[in-house]
Amino acid sequence: MQDQCLHFPGDELAVRHALRNLKDRIAPYLDGAEETATTEIVLAEVLNNIVEHAYAGSGDGWIELRFGLVQDGINFDIFDSGVPMPDGKPPVPEISALDVDIQDLPEGGFGWFMIHDLTKGLRYERADGRNHLSFRLVLGKHLYAN
Amino acid sequence: MQLHSTVENDVMVVIVAEARIDAAVAIKFKDTMREVTRDGPDRIVLDMSKVEFVDSSGLGAIVAAMKLLPKGRVLELASLTPTVDKVFRLTRMNSVFPIHADMQEALSNRAA
Repeated sequence: MQDQCLHFPGDELAVRHALRNLKDRIAPYLDGAEETATTEIVLAEVLNNIVEHAYAGSGDGWIELRFGLVQDGINFDIFDSGVPMPDGKPPVPEISALDVDIQDLPEGGFGWFMIHDLTKGLRYERADGRNHLSFRLVLGKHLYAN
Repeated sequence: MQLHSTVENDVMVVIVAEARIDAAVAIKFKDTMREVTRDGPDRIVLDMSKVEFVDSSGLGAIVAAMKLLPKGRVLELASLTPTVDKVFRLTRMNSVFPIHADMQEALSNRAA
């Protein structure tokens, strides 16, 4: 797979469309449904965070998604021109205790928890007025090619 | 947001007739669940067999829908598709909801 790039508006329906497009392009390189699930979960969370936080739901801004095969998986680079991440780094939420009264159960914090869990080499930088998040997913048929 | 509800053997079955519960529809899901579950039996089973994908916003909305129920009523899930099952396992929310492999199991298991 040559390195690929998707450009799309930073709103929820454009993200849905981009996820479908990404899945179509990447599916031939993935080894089965489990890897497809991992890819969709991570990318959905990352892209929705941009829509909801970097662009604050305004729908006003673009997202650039680049991806390509690397030796130990698939690498993703994602750019947006929204507000920087708080504290200049990706949040690291703990999922709060679940053995609590129903009314005290968490309704959020799941997204970054799954992103940290499923990715390797998660990095964030702010440069030239853009956010740049990069990470690898350790998956792909090429890992087993040799 | 299409939710279809029926009552069988004193259990309310709510079929989610959507492929995704994601950020685009999370609030609609929560509001529609509130309407659908306003009255009825104490046990509510959400049939997830048509839902291919739930993101963190959708997961939060399912939790929120459970919190909206009056005390004594319980929300259970049935027929999680593989990606949805993975999201519940990763976030350990599979320990919060009773989860049934399919509707048959859900309806035969009154003490779930």
